[in-house]
Order: sequence, then C-alpha cells, then structure tokens
Amino acid sequence: MIDLIGKRNWFFLISAIVIIPGIISLAVFGLSPGVDFSSGTAMTLTFDKEIELSQLRQGLADMGYDMAVVQPAGEGDFFVRLPEISAEETTKLKDGLEAGLDTELTISSLYSVSPVVAAGTVRNTIIAVVVASIGILLYISWAFRKMPKPIRWGTCAVIALVHDLVVVIAVFSVLGWVAGVEIDALFVTGVLAVVGVSVNNIVVVFDRIRENLKRGVSRDFEVIANYGIVESLGRSLNTGLATLFVILALYLLGGTTTHTLVLALLIGIATGIYSSLCIAGQLLVVWEKGFTSRQKAAPSSG
Amino acid sequence: MKRGNTPLLIFILILFGCSLWLIWPGTELLGRDEFKLGLDLRGGSHLVYSIDLSKKDPAQTDADVIEGVKNKIERRVNAYGVTEPIVQTIRNEQGSFVLVQLPGVKDIDEAMRLIGQTAELDFRELELDEDGEPVLGEEGREQWVIAKAEGSDGQERELTGKYLKPNAQVVLAPQTNEPEVAFEWNEEGAVLFEQITQRNLQKPLGIFLDDQLISAPTVQAVIKEQGVITGLNLEEARMLAIQLNSGSLDVPLTLVERRDIGATLGEDSLRKSLVAGIIGSAMVILFMIAYYRFSGFVACLALLVFVVLNLAVFKLIPVVLTLPGIAGFIVSIGMGVDGNVLVAERLKEELRRGRTLGAAVEEGFRQSWSAIFDANVTVFIACAVLYWLGNTFGNFLVIGFATTLFIGTALSMFTQVVVTRTFMRTFVGLGVAKSPGAYGVLKQ
Repeated sequence: MIDLIGKRNWFFLISAIVIIPGIISLAVFGLSPGVDFSSGTAMTLTFDKEIELSQLRQGLADMGYDMAVVQPAGEGDFFVRLPEISAEETTKLKDGLEAGLDTELTISSLYSVSPVVAAGTVRNTIIAVVVASIGILLYISWAFRKMPKPIRWGTCAVIALVHDLVVVIAVFSVLGWVAGVEIDALFVTGVLAVVGVSVNNIVVVFDRIRENLKRGVSRDFEVIANYGIVESLGRSLNTGLATLFVILALYLLGGTTTHTLVLALLIGIATGIYSSLCIAGQLLVVWEKGFTSRQKAAPSSG
Repeated sequence: MKRGNTPLLIFILILFGCSLWLIWPGTELLGRDEFKLGLDLRGGSHLVYSIDLSKKDPAQTDADVIEGVKNKIERRVNAYGVTEPIVQTIRNEQGSFVLVQLPGVKDIDEAMRLIGQTAELDFRELELDEDGEPVLGEEGREQWVIAKAEGSDGQERELTGKYLKPNAQVVLAPQTNEPEVAFEWNEEGAVLFEQITQRNLQKPLGIFLDDQLISAPTVQAVIKEQGVITGLNLEEARMLAIQLNSGSLDVPLTLVERRDIGATLGEDSLRKSLVAGIIGSAMVILFMIAYYRFSGFVACLALLVFVVLNLAVFKLIPVVLTLPGIAGFIVSIGMGVDGNVLVAERLKEELRRGRTLGAAVEEGFRQSWSAIFDANVTVFIACAVLYWLGNTFGNFLVIGFATTLFIGTALSMFTQVVVTRTFMRTFVGLGVAKSPGAYGVLKQ
C-alpha cells in the first residue's frame, strides 16, 4: 500500500513552495483588479456596417483590451466598458478598431464610470467565507463527536480548506503580474465554488478515516489514516478527474468572458484533490504524532 | 425487489415527468413561463439618468450628492426585487449621470418611474388668514404651505419625509380594503408631527409627493409616532413605500438614454461555454459508464433526474439565474456525481468481497451514507451562512451562488439516497446486469 502519510513533510513542503511565494506576491503586488472593481471608461460605439459581437471583442482584444465588457445595445450599437483610458488612448482605440474591423465608427457617448462591483464586495465575501468556515468547523467537530478529540477534525478540515483558497488567490496574484490576469466578479464566484468542492472532498476522506478508526483496523493512527486516504484514492481521483474534464472543456472551448471563473475552478479543484489526499489527513496525524513518527509504521498490504 | 420500492419508483417517475413538463419551453405554471436570467446571461434595460446638480443644496458637495443618488437608486432597485442590477455613476463633459442596467424587468416603465422620481414627501397645511379662513389663490383654490413646527432643539423645521423611519410598508385598510402606506416617525418627526396634528385638529393635512397632492385626510386626533397615507392604488403604494424607505433623491433626475442591452458576458461567449459544458458532461457520462459500467449508467440516469428537478425548482421559485448561480448549480452537480461515485466504489468493494449483488447494493448505499450525509450537510451549512451574510451585506454574488448550491445540495442528497437506490433496486430486482463484471469488477 502506498504510504501517503509517511511522506507528509514532502507534501507540506510542496504546498509551502506554492503558498509562500504566493503570499509574498500577494503582499507585494496584491491582486490586479479588473474592470468590475475599478473606475473605468464606458462608451457607446456606433458602426457604419454591421459588426458581430465576437468581431468587436476580438478587435478589442487585439488592441490589448481583452477584459473589456461588451454589450450589444440595439440597432448595431455597442456599449463597452474598459479600464480607465485617456482621451489620447480613446482616439487610438477608435482608429485601431476602424482599421481592424474595416469600418467607420462613431463614439456616441463617452463617460468615466465608477466600479460596477461595490467596493465592499471582496471584503464582505471574505467575511462570509470566514464565518462559513467557522460553521464548517463546528459541524465537522459535531459530526465526528464520537471520535477522540473531535475538534481536531473540524480544525484540520478548515485548515485544508483555507489552504485551497490561499493557493487559488496566491496563484492569481502571481498570474496577475506574470501574465496580466485580472480578477473580476467571476473570480469571487470561483473562490466560493472552490469552498464547496473542497469541503466535500475533505469530508469524504475524513469519513473513510473515521470508518477505519471505528473498525479498529490498526492501533496506530498513522496506519488508520493512511488506509482511509488510500481507500478514498479511487473515488477522489475519479470524481476529481470527472470534474476537471468539464472544467477543462470549458477552459479550452468555452467563451473568453468566463475565463477567470474557469481558471479559478481549475486551480481550486486540482488543489482540492491534492489537499484532501495529501494535506487534510496528514494534518490530523501531525497533531497526533508530530511531524516525524518515532517508529516507522509498516502497514501490511490489505 | 424490496418492498416499498415500486411506489417509490412510481413517485420518482411522476416527479420527473412533472418537472420535465414544467421546464419544457412554453409551459406556464403560476405565471412562470420562462427561466429568469440575470443581466450577465441575458441582458436587459439600459437607462441613463442625468443628475441635475444645479438644484443641489449648496452645503453639499457634488460628490456627496452623486454618491447619495447612486446609493438611493441601488436601494430602490433592490427593494423592487431586481437581482444583480448594475448601478454606476458616470461622468463626462456634459455632466454627471447614473447608469442603471436592469435584467429583464417585465414592466420597465414602472421601474423607470420608481428610479427616476425624486420622491420628496412633505406634509402641508392650509394657509389661513387672521380670521382662520383659508387663503384662496389666483384660481380660487386653497393654498397649501409646508407644515412647520418647533423641533426638539427649538429650531423651526419643515415636516418632510426625511424624518421617517425606513420601515414604511403597504397595508390594507381593515374596513375598506384599500391599500395604504403605513409609516413611523423618528424621534424628531414625532415631535413635529404632534404639534402639527394638534393645531390642525379637524382640519385637512395635505400629503404631497414631489409637489403633487396625494391625499388630504382630516386630522382626527393628536398623533405622535405613526400614520398612514391613503389615496393610492396598490402598485403606487408599493412604490411609495420603497421610495420612502430608500430616501428621497437630493436632486431631480432626467432620463436621457434608454436602450435594450445584451448580456454582460456576451451571448456568443456564453453559447460557446454552453457547448463546452455539454461536451464536458458527455465526457463525464462516457467516463462513468466506461469505468463503473452498470452503476455508472444508473448514476447518469439519476443525475438526469437531478438536473431536471433542479431546473424545475429554479423555474418555479423563480430563481434568477446569473453566472454565480450557475456556478453553484455546477458544484451541486459535481457533488451529485461524487455521491454516485462513492456508492459505485463501495458497490465494487462489496462485490469483490464476494457479496451477492442484492446485498452488495444495500451495503454499498449503507456504507456510503455517512460520507454523503456529512459532506452534504457541511456544504448546506456553509451555504446557509453564505446566504445569510450575502443578504446582510447585500452581496448579490454570494446570494446567487448560495441559493442555487443550497437547492442543489438538498436535491442532490435526495437523488443520491432515494433516486439512485430505487433505480438500482429496480434493475437488480428485474434481474438486469447480474454479473459483477457489469459493475466494473474484474474477474477474481
């Protein structure tokens, strides 16, 4: 049987390699806010010939405005929201679009706009997630009340959950300055979805460990935990892969406007599979026995 | 076949049939004829109001007035029951504006009135001459003047809507069944109202909204804390209550632009994502069937029931679907797949241990129950907290996500426990797929 518990310090190291630079990046660069979160420029565009929505979006992307929000506004007009741009850039944008789309265009109205998403949204989403985590901690501690020290189970589950969220946010921070990935309202949605998926994964693995503990598979908690994790391996990988199929299809084939959400899910779900197999149960063992086990447990293959 | 299985199967099939009928395009039940989609998925109305800053109180800064207008409009739109509107302040050389985008609101004219009205409420008394007779104006009509009284600090104040508590509501008058707006004064308002009703006993008191008389009841008694406004139809009363609770706008607004607008996420992009989602789901179905064989097939049937039930609930409530909502729905589908994978894995384990098919099915469900239950309840609790706080903060994003995930988790538990099991028992009872190989167990 694979020993996933014995290698726990390696797993912690792998997580640390992602998280620590991520947190540094977060502290130094933060997250780059997209159009939703910052003031910007909005304009109504009128074209001389019929332009498809996708053509216009492509045209804007070619000029570097790939995060623009474009809405058809009737009679061939489009309402476009961009990051704040100067009058000079506006003229450049107009000329560029005219050349790219081979048509005359008129900017019929031009405004500076306030952020779409209220300033407090990110903050109060974080508060909501924190309070929800307390709820999760309490419930898991209650659900595992027949286990010795049930509060540990709840705490480890929440640590693993926070681990997943931090990885997602940290990776986005790095992608922000490396690849110009901006966060928008959809990113917040993605983070929420990761909470749901991660919690589910962690509880399933913990349930299996609980079951083995009840059955008295071994006296050694390390062996029991390893059994539980290895037994969940098939299920975790299958569910995880099935979910990743869908997400990958959405990422590769789906529309560009939902990319941030899909990317957050992709990172979050992959991390969730990893943390449920390599972090959550291992944390329980660390709490019980410390980072290194005194005697090397050699579980007999079942 | 287990006893009680057949009635359950019939129940599930009827439920499925009804749900399928309900979500069929064109079906209308209780006035729900289509799915409600948010601004991000379908688009709606695009309204631009110009803010007349020349009418502002000189003591206020432009920025404060604009921000105030925006906040009040947001409150009005939210109270009107619109999900995830966009309210932005915008500015150019011509002046300052508020941009409002509303998702498919049915009666847009009504919404426009609700948003654009200043909604300045005041109470007026008849102007009297020295003999106590009403002063008549040019056209021989009575003249109303805004009622003033001494405030708690001795200053004279006009009695206007700003002294109302934000808890006005529409009630039906007990005797006449006419709609009224019931309001309460705050402390200062009560001080003013008491003096004004005192001196106007048995005289009419005019209630004006934006300088229009809406009713002029005769004061019957000295009143302090509360009152009602009559003379409105139900819709007007509802709007007035919303406006009173949101506060009146400090300056008048004029509608300068009105358009139908497309989805913020772009129809073309959404169509691509829909296709991608279908391809992804098809891959999951193939994978489930290839790996878990017969259990995978049954799981897919159960998931089909789950998706149809979910959509029926969305249409019936109705849930306004936005992308966060869809994300919540997808997570719940993921949990549904997971529950079925858990059961299928257990079933395989039990078959490998050499149990008979019937026993393995029962054992598979029994063993996976605790995981499914705890996982679902945990997510359920997380959703409840998110929903509650989302509501407290007015964070639509969180609300949208939590709502669909909440519904999805509840239904997913039902599917995993009741639907999959009933289907499985039925098939086993019918003697379909008897060999362990049909469940993905390799020959021992």
